Amino acid sequence: MVQVNGKALPIAGKTVTEYLKGTSFDPMRIAVEKNGQIVPKRLYEETVLEDGDVVEVVSFVGGG
Amino acid sequence: MVPTKEQFYQALCERHGEELQKKFCAARVAVCGLGGLGSNVAIALARAGVGSLHLIDFDRVDMSNLNRQQYFVRQLGQYKTDALRETLQEIAPYCRVETDTLRVTEENLPKLFSQEDLICEAFDRPEAKAMLVSGVLEHFPDKYLVAASGMAGLRSSNSIRTRRISSHFYLCGDEVSDSAAGLGLISARVLVCAAHEANMILRLLAGETEV
Repeated sequence: MVQVNGKALPIAGKTVTEYLKGTSFDPMRIAVEKNGQIVPKRLYEETVLEDGDVVEVVSFVGGG
Repeated sequence: MVPTKEQFYQALCERHGEELQKKFCAARVAVCGLGGLGSNVAIALARAGVGSLHLIDFDRVDMSNLNRQQYFVRQLGQYKTDALRETLQEIAPYCRVETDTLRVTEENLPKLFSQEDLICEAFDRPEAKAMLVSGVLEHFPDKYLVAASGMAGLRSSNSIRTRRISSHFYLCGDEVSDSAAGLGLISARVLVCAAHEANMILRLLAGETEV
């Protein structure tokens, strides 16, 4: 299981890109951290989520 | 007659205590985006006696900014970097202000923040926020980053909070109220969010890492 924003999801083995495709997250409006480290956008396709990983997807909305 | 640097320092020490004031004075903070968030954050930091501010924005002051941003009618058309520097000069004449009138990109970001201890994300567009946050966390993992998301509309002030996402990354806002969803950006609620950012920054400068 992979913890995403506090929820355990059965997505071990998927890449970040594969996981995001099944969600409503807009890749241009998020920052993804895996185990406390940022995953740069250019590495989404090759970063594989493993069992026990803790992922935080921070989604930004407009306004400032 | 402008008071001397020493008079300013003494007045701040009386309010904040010398130990804390020394930390603020030694601090260097970058503010990225000088709109409703950034202009208010910069003024709060300058008033607290933060020693150096690095102000970054590509835009000019427009009529549509005056509802929430810290600019004056006489500054319409000026670059926000120049206008805010002028204002800060009147509030805190000994605050060192460096400006960059440019758009932050993935390419120029790695060179922008070599001097700072702490970076404040205060952009408007979500894509720009995401780019800056990802870039800072990748290239400057040892610097603190305070960002904001979700302050449009008139929902309760109490829904705006500060969250520690990871060791060096803090996020202020309600994380949902999107200006693109037809919600206006209204002075007071934007100020609440700016104040969350500014207060977290001052807490970090003081050595407090909890929200």
